[in-house]
Amino acid sequence: MADGETPLLDELEKGPWPSYVKEIKRMASKNAASKDLLGIQELSYKDKVTHWKHGGIVGVTGYGAGVIGRYTDMPDKFPNAAAFHTLRINQPAGWFYNTKSLRTICDIWEKYGSGMTNFHGSTGDIILLGTTTENLQPCFDALTDAGFDLGGSGSALRTISGCVGKARCEWSSIDTLDIIYNLTMEFQDEIHRPRWPYKFKIKTSGCPNDCSAAIARADFTIIGTWKDGLRIDQEKVREYVDKGMDINGLIVNKCPTYALEWDGKSRELKFYEDDCVRCMHCINKMPKAIRPGVDTGATILIGGKAPIIKGAYLSWVLIPFMKMEPPYDEVKDLLRKIWDWWDENGRTRERLAELIERVGLKTFLKEIGLKPVPQMVYKPRANPYVFLK
Amino acid sequence: MGRTDIGPPNYQDMLPDVIKKNYGKWKYHEIQRPGVLKHVSESGDELYTVRVGSPRLVSIDFIRDLCDVADKYCDGYLRFTSRYNVEFLTDKKENVQGIIAEMERLGLPVGGTGNSVSNIVHTQGWIHCHSAATDASGIVKAIMDELYDYFTSMKLPAYVRIAVACCINMCGAVHCSDLAIVGVHTKPPKIDHEKVLAQCEIPTTIQSCPTGAIRRHPDTNIKSVVVREDLCMYCANCYTVCPAMPLADPIGDGVAIYAGGKVSNARKPPMFSRMVVPYLPNNPPRWPEVVDVIKKIVEVYANHAKRYERMGEWIERIGWEKFFKLTDIPFTEHHIDDFTHAVETYRTTTQFKW
Ligand code: HEM
Ligand code: HEM
Ligand code: SF4
Ligand code: SF4
Ligand code: SF4
Ligand code: SF4
Repeated sequence: MADGETPLLDELEKGPWPSYVKEIKRMASKNAASKDLLGIQELSYKDKVTHWKHGGIVGVTGYGAGVIGRYTDMPDKFPNAAAFHTLRINQPAGWFYNTKSLRTICDIWEKYGSGMTNFHGSTGDIILLGTTTENLQPCFDALTDAGFDLGGSGSALRTISGCVGKARCEWSSIDTLDIIYNLTMEFQDEIHRPRWPYKFKIKTSGCPNDCSAAIARADFTIIGTWKDGLRIDQEKVREYVDKGMDINGLIVNKCPTYALEWDGKSRELKFYEDDCVRCMHCINKMPKAIRPGVDTGATILIGGKAPIIKGAYLSWVLIPFMKMEPPYDEVKDLLRKIWDWWDENGRTRERLAELIERVGLKTFLKEIGLKPVPQMVYKPRANPYVFLK
Repeated sequence: MGRTDIGPPNYQDMLPDVIKKNYGKWKYHEIQRPGVLKHVSESGDELYTVRVGSPRLVSIDFIRDLCDVADKYCDGYLRFTSRYNVEFLTDKKENVQGIIAEMERLGLPVGGTGNSVSNIVHTQGWIHCHSAATDASGIVKAIMDELYDYFTSMKLPAYVRIAVACCINMCGAVHCSDLAIVGVHTKPPKIDHEKVLAQCEIPTTIQSCPTGAIRRHPDTNIKSVVVREDLCMYCANCYTVCPAMPLADPIGDGVAIYAGGKVSNARKPPMFSRMVVPYLPNNPPRWPEVVDVIKKIVEVYANHAKRYERMGEWIERIGWEKFFKLTDIPFTEHHIDDFTHAVETYRTTTQFKW
């Protein structure tokens, strides 16, 4: 294979979906690090293994997080990507941007890095992929001058993210963007200076559709909900029916708790408020006719995480309903209590859910000072092994 | 220089006027065509969103292209979604066609709304991670090329969310997706004893193994560890704490496929994805075996599920035994759980299908 040729990657320039290989090539023509990235990627495709080594400890002054050290195992062959560190830049809440600030980031990254990015990482940050050790500090300085800061990494609070919320979604029961921004500003130290047993994630979604997958990905999950009933506009319901919607088949029969009934005679959708578990189905399918209630707040769930180490967990209910108004002191107090307890009792690389499973939810509740309520569990225990103390 | 902990920019400086004005006042929305949403406010204001697929791993020139379009049609604002789609927002209906035309020029697909296959959440892979058992960007590209029509249309029974993680650390939190592709190692770590001495703390390394497979080296003169291969489940936990124990292997590494997870609370509560294919070899650049399985499952689901039924809801209704039959995927001993909560998955009823 002649130098610079990438026959395997070239295959990924074909096809209708936009090609990341084209993107690397766009930079490779004018940036030496990106050119070497392309070469490394081609070799991985040939060898079927990664050519990146365990990261070293690199960073910027005053921070323990936000930079991931990265070196290739073939520095002689690819000197321009020998060190290829990553910066995690905390995104604005909701991933909204004005073009001025985006262009500024591009200009800074053109000057100090490979010109390759992830918009965005799966936790939420802007990922600037690939720069040298020497360039880290000046790049960071330029970014802070432009109003941006690093996100979390390592055993720290990770960058907080969430759904678009009230900015563009009629279903949001809480102001996700404000919650994200407020908590992010409050916990800058926790984000930038790792000191816990392991990582900790906070995510928020405005309603139980959970578009940000908070229940699956966050140790601390904030999901908007409401205490009163649905708001139903019967006139609009009839419009859906008149337009041919199979209201029994697609709405009533799919309600998980039989909280709806279509009265064909009076042409009215009956709603049994007590039975509704706020699953969002009927709202999703008839957005013009059915809306969430107005007595709004959040359900707080904890423990969600990916499989490493003891298996995957979904977050479970800790506080069925909490009002969510700035400055969000109740949430902040709860977070601090949880962190203190976890920090004291957790083993290295033990996430919150794993620690709670090890010592028992009962112990956790006692230590945090919360009363057990049936909303926390699907069902009570079936075995008789209770420590009645 | 010297400023620290300034935090991200305030999101309020990033919102277009129509959103600032109608913040929290949106009344309803409709999907006008695949990729185009119309939101209507209590005030009567309208907001149009054009959603566009992105490869996520992009150059700064790509971002600048997006900025040009946003400057021309959206007063200089745009946003991204959690699945890496780009959204152009405008209060001017007449701008929608212009944005769509620009996307055609740039070769970017408009879609990802409603009952579609949206963009694939994914991780770093061979682009950037030492831990990768497969690549992510390449598999995503190969699958999305094949499922392209499902991105630009809304003909499926419900949303199909796909995710790719290049090792079982699962940076992409793929474990609750309709379809998940996960890089897996199938060979135990190869230990470099000299490196262990230099780079690893032995007690931490031993403790890192969830199955207790790591022991001190029996020869006390060698300050290192050994792995009991019969106990190793190739999780790479040890490698995370000890760089001298890589698992990557050109022949052994590959991917597993999971199905039926969901995050939303709509109808059924959230569910984990379950293993449907334990192992397929890495076959770059286009992973044809993987693409075939994914396509097959999507098509079987599209033909059999009822309206609004997510993949996991459909499988629960018909039963996993039927799922394996319909998709022609062999059920093997590897599908039977033997990890922490295994017994909960054993069938404790005489109810099942043939
Ligand atoms: C050095 C190799 C690694 C690289 C290059 C890497 C890269 C990344 C990146 C870029 C993100 C997105 C970050 C963001 O959006 O802010 C991420 C998220 C994540 N990483 Fe890693 N990571 C690595 C190692 C690990 C390890 C060792 C684990 C677990 C033990 C892990 C678990 C995760 C998880 C669970 C997420 C977030 C998923 C979510 O929020 O949905 N990663 N990783
Ligand atoms: C599991 C079931 C899910 C349901 C029922 C659901 C439902 C919805 C609905 C109704 C919307 C409103 C916009 C539209 O009509 O297109 C939406 C938007 C969205 N969803 Fe989901 N969603 C689900 C899962 C997910 C997951 C797992 C993710 C990502 C990990 C996700 C990411 C998004 C994004 C990015 C948007 C755009 C909203 C935004 O701009 O933030 N969704 N979803
Ligand atoms: S989670 Fe709910 S409130 Fe947030 S964007 Fe999705 S549907 Fe809207
Ligand atoms: S929100 Fe869900 S539970 Fe409540 S009435 Fe509608 S479909 Fe039934
Ligand atoms: S999923 Fe694994 S291989 Fe992929 S980026 Fe995360 S840690 Fe690295
Ligand atoms: S790969 Fe996992 S199971 Fe195997 S030795 Fe390492 S930590 Fe133990």
